[in-house]
Amino acid sequence: MQYLTSQEVRALELKANTIRQSIIEMLTEAGSGHTAGPLGMADIFTLLYFGTLKHDPKNPDWEERDRLVLSNGHICPVLYATLAHAGYFPVEELMTLRKLGSRLQGHPHREALPGLETSSGPLGSGLSQAVGMAMAERMDNPYSSKFFYCLTGDGELNEGQIWEALMLAGRENLNNLIMIVDRNGIQIDGYTKDVMPLEPLAEKFASFNFDVQEVDGHNIRAMNDAIGKAQSVYSQPSVIIAHTIASKGVDVFERDFRWHGNPPGKGPEDRVTKDKQSEVALAKLRSLAGTIEAQDIS
Amino acid sequence: MFASHLQPNLSPEAVERVPTRNGYGEGLLEAGKRDNKVIALCCDLTESTRTDKFAQAYPERFVQVGVAEQNLASVGSGMAAMGRIPFIASYAMFSPGRNWEQVRTTIAYNNANVKLIGAHAGVSVGPDGATHQAIEDIAITRVIPNMVVIAPADVHEARKATLAAAKYEGPVYIRLGRSGTPVVTTPESPFVIGKAEVMYSRDESLEKKVGIVVTGSLLHNALMAAQELQSNGIGASVLHMPTIKPLDEEALKTFAQDHDALVTVEEHQIVGGLGGAVAEYLSSVAPIRIERVGMDDVFGESGEPDELIAHFGMDTKGIVAAAMKVS
Repeated sequence: MQYLTSQEVRALELKANTIRQSIIEMLTEAGSGHTAGPLGMADIFTLLYFGTLKHDPKNPDWEERDRLVLSNGHICPVLYATLAHAGYFPVEELMTLRKLGSRLQGHPHREALPGLETSSGPLGSGLSQAVGMAMAERMDNPYSSKFFYCLTGDGELNEGQIWEALMLAGRENLNNLIMIVDRNGIQIDGYTKDVMPLEPLAEKFASFNFDVQEVDGHNIRAMNDAIGKAQSVYSQPSVIIAHTIASKGVDVFERDFRWHGNPPGKGPEDRVTKDKQSEVALAKLRSLAGTIEAQDIS
Repeated sequence: MFASHLQPNLSPEAVERVPTRNGYGEGLLEAGKRDNKVIALCCDLTESTRTDKFAQAYPERFVQVGVAEQNLASVGSGMAAMGRIPFIASYAMFSPGRNWEQVRTTIAYNNANVKLIGAHAGVSVGPDGATHQAIEDIAITRVIPNMVVIAPADVHEARKATLAAAKYEGPVYIRLGRSGTPVVTTPESPFVIGKAEVMYSRDESLEKKVGIVVTGSLLHNALMAAQELQSNGIGASVLHMPTIKPLDEEALKTFAQDHDALVTVEEHQIVGGLGGAVAEYLSSVAPIRIERVGMDDVFGESGEPDELIAHFGMDTKGIVAAAMKVS
């Protein structure tokens, strides 16, 4: 397991804050897209791309890279922003999100942008693809040190295909597969507990032969430790249920499912009027950044 | 006149009948021998889809996915992303039927090098009835960008199509049948993805000229129909189109220009399949009257394969009748 110093944790927190600001800016410019999931997952994406993954932004097709499959494609603003800040493409290109001719499609298109492992959007198929990748790798090299990370939403777990993939991964004891669930408790139509209850979720995963951990998805040190433990599980695939706060970082957007599919400027107005949403979100994030004492890691 | 490389005796009594899925089984085994990147995945239909020989020969490269066709398509896509050449097999009704969106997004949109094998296509599935008779699969695959669509005519062609698909880089759908299909071609007959071939040439001394365009399992019926038409004084040719996408436009245009009217023949809905593809293309480059033989907006039903083919007008008699209508 990789140890993070306090200084490194602070640097990752600062980077996550920068990525959140990019998310607000690109969504505002696009005028459509999802806000809650990307903000909520910014800490985890930052940890993965700046701490965990074996990857090379200058050589996206490097054969030995770990693979990160984003299954819930609608949170791609956080993936795009993280890839850009990691050096896959210019940060300025984030402003082309969802525009005609852009490589940053509304939902990820693998053939369009370096750094994407799959196309996604229709929910539930990313885990199957990660399972296929992990199985193919094991056929080639049973001692491979590559890991296959699959990020899913929690609403996405309504999809039957997820459970088909879990069955196969469990049967195959795919120890190179690490699934991370964004357990923010919301989906488009409301709270997950109302739309389609998932609990007891940990027990469900365990019954499919997965090693299960539940972690605060905003605690970078705890997430890092959980990923380290998942990597060390020898005989099973792993899942980390990352408890996150929808729209984390912008308190006036947090925990509200109505921010699932709306960009700043088009969200619910009970806490901030539409014309002020982008400006307020950026101001909140900038003031938060000011409280983080760290060297920039980029 | 028949193309020179066909079986010497094509009379209905003499012709051998072998399921096209057998050709897949042989081709897959050969492809697996030639290239260790070839992998086979199957959804609890290993023997029925003829994946079993490969599974026995290369157990480390065979994946039993269970009855989970959505997973089948996307696991295949993931394996292709790691440089493998996965053949994913089920009944056509379930793959690409049930898992169409996964085929579209995770295979075709990713341009993943996955080969889809849809067995038990057409009403000739027989007694299992309409739930298991895929008669829409050509339509739903050919409408997807990047996808190649092949309906082999017989066991030899199915074997060659399998080997060609393994070499081709990109998604391919191969449509197979359950019951015995007349063996028309020989192991030496040519097969190239995207190429159509005239398999029966009309007698040029006859005044009337009707062209039959056929895909898949009904090739023999089309050839018999052409022969019968000629004996009735109507010049008839057969263009065999095992690849529906990409359409061999040049061959089709030339064939259309050489005839007064066309009949398309397929064991599939007449909308969206071969008939649709031919009509779409020719309407803009060489407009011609077209009669389409196939399933006319109905579901299949239980029965013996030959009974069903005759019942739905796809037998020799039905093809002759369609040709008479336009000649």
